[in-house]
Amino acid sequence: MSHTIVTGVIGADTHIVGNRILSMALEDAGYRVVSLGALTPAADFIRAAIETAADAILVSSLYGQGELDCRGFRDLCIEAGLDDILLYVGGNLVVGKQPWDAVERRFLDMGFDRAFPPGTRVEAALSALAADFAARDAAAGVTSAASRLP
Amino acid sequence: MSAALLIDFGSTWTKLRAVDVDTGALIGTSQGPSTVATDINIGLDAALATLARAMHGLPSFVVRLASSSAAGGLRMVTVGLVRELTAEAARQAALGAGAKLVGEFAYRLTAADVARVDALAPDIVLLCGGTDGGNRDVILHNADALARCSVQCPVVVAGNREATDAIQTLLSGAGRTAIATANVLPALDALDIEPARAAIRDVFMQRIVHAKGIDRAGAAVDRVLMPTPAAVLDGARLLAEGVAGREGLGSLVVVDPGGATTDVHSIGAGEPSTPGVIRYGLPEPYAKRTVEGDLGMRHNATAIVAAVGLDVLAGRAGITTADARTALARIEADVEAVPSTDAETRLDDALVRAAVDIAMGRHAGTVETVYTAQGPVQMQRGKDLSNVQWLIGTGGAIVHARDPGSVLRIVCADPATPAQLRPRAPRLAIDADYLLYAAGLLAQVDPGAAFDCARNHLRIVD
Repeated sequence: MSHTIVTGVIGADTHIVGNRILSMALEDAGYRVVSLGALTPAADFIRAAIETAADAILVSSLYGQGELDCRGFRDLCIEAGLDDILLYVGGNLVVGKQPWDAVERRFLDMGFDRAFPPGTRVEAALSALAADFAARDAAAGVTSAASRLP
Repeated sequence: MSAALLIDFGSTWTKLRAVDVDTGALIGTSQGPSTVATDINIGLDAALATLARAMHGLPSFVVRLASSSAAGGLRMVTVGLVRELTAEAARQAALGAGAKLVGEFAYRLTAADVARVDALAPDIVLLCGGTDGGNRDVILHNADALARCSVQCPVVVAGNREATDAIQTLLSGAGRTAIATANVLPALDALDIEPARAAIRDVFMQRIVHAKGIDRAGAAVDRVLMPTPAAVLDGARLLAEGVAGREGLGSLVVVDPGGATTDVHSIGAGEPSTPGVIRYGLPEPYAKRTVEGDLGMRHNATAIVAAVGLDVLAGRAGITTADARTALARIEADVEAVPSTDAETRLDDALVRAAVDIAMGRHAGTVETVYTAQGPVQMQRGKDLSNVQWLIGTGGAIVHARDPGSVLRIVCADPATPAQLRPRAPRLAIDADYLLYAAGLLAQVDPGAAFDCARNHLRIVD
């Protein structure tokens, strides 16, 4: 059974190209992708994840307002019963030149499982997903991680 | 000449239309009371007797088809998962099937919800939830909850296909009738309500008609095909699309202000009419029906007054507020009343204008400007009806209005509210002979005659 992943660009952000490339790469890797596209409110990620029983939400933000848009995202998930859903965020998450370590820390504190800096290649996201799903499946007592690979 | 008889068993009236299927001409109309509470044949026989007098004897009908909104209409309860997603898709499917929605539920049904379903006593439950391959826990939970209801009505199952087999086993095991059909929302960007609509109509035809005693008219009627609102929607669709050899009217909107509700039907894709606009939200049904349960010319006149304000309404009607209050009191005292004074006629006119105006505002999509770092972006929710080619009024309140054209113009786009995507410059017409339902029924056996009948009897009012 393959995993289902919700993708989209959060907030009033129209930068769709990178997100589309990511969504295509995820599909090629065998995932079921629910692509919400640009200008997606946080609540729509949650609604889509509930209805499609998604295993992960990948949030893109390219216009520097990600920190505002993503505030409380994990809390929304918990409120909707998606306590353990895997949450990634990536892109130009903040305005100006800030050290990545500090930016990453801030988003991890917000409840994201991973944050990715600008210029991340899709391969990095794919291998992170594979590792995280494998770890979760092992923890959940699924016999072999390999059998759950997409 | 071969003639078809088209019957509408309504909540108040049994209406008959006789159509010459060779020419599509309307050859007779009549009505009798609705007597489904006692014996549906009493009202039907009365209507047939009137028709026979008007036509100097009844022709031998080659086909006799009926729709029904009698005995409370097709009362439905819908159940979905996320309110804005599968619960909304379920709503669209039920309304498109001509149902009267009496209850809508989302997420997991609770014990209190089950009790409410029992209290509502629906004719059919539409059970949805989960995209295909998506969530299956909630629809299974809800099937289990419905199996515990004491109401024994059939359940149409149109959710995550991976859960369908288990649900059928579960419901059948509980002695319930479960009819499985395709998911109303197989993916978030794909609305697929036609299979559910067809399944609901089948259940209506095979079970509900009997349960409501409508099939007692069996000797005089070949088939009771669908709920009347579904027949009107089919008639509208036929007019828009045309049939082989007869060009349709193109995209259109039908407004139908009734005694208890105001219905709006739109046929068309509703794609953005201006380039660069981004569509947002669930995909929209090509043939869409909305029902405003709070906007009725008689049973809900008070609600219209509450929405608009009695002073404003009286001002529009050109009567004093005191006269408007008196006229409103008469409507409230007797919902069957027809206007007898000038003030009552004027108030009725103002009421119908307010009803169609508000109903269209809710049916039409909206466009909103969102300011982004890259500049303003236009986002559209719902259907863009700006370029709709025809706007058709049906129902007595419009057809008998002093100036039906001006009532329909209220429905059109208003520069003062540019966010509402209403028809900009449609042709205006009225279904003066109340033939849309008849065309929807006749289309099942003779689409050409049905189209000619509906098209040729439209009265242009622009």
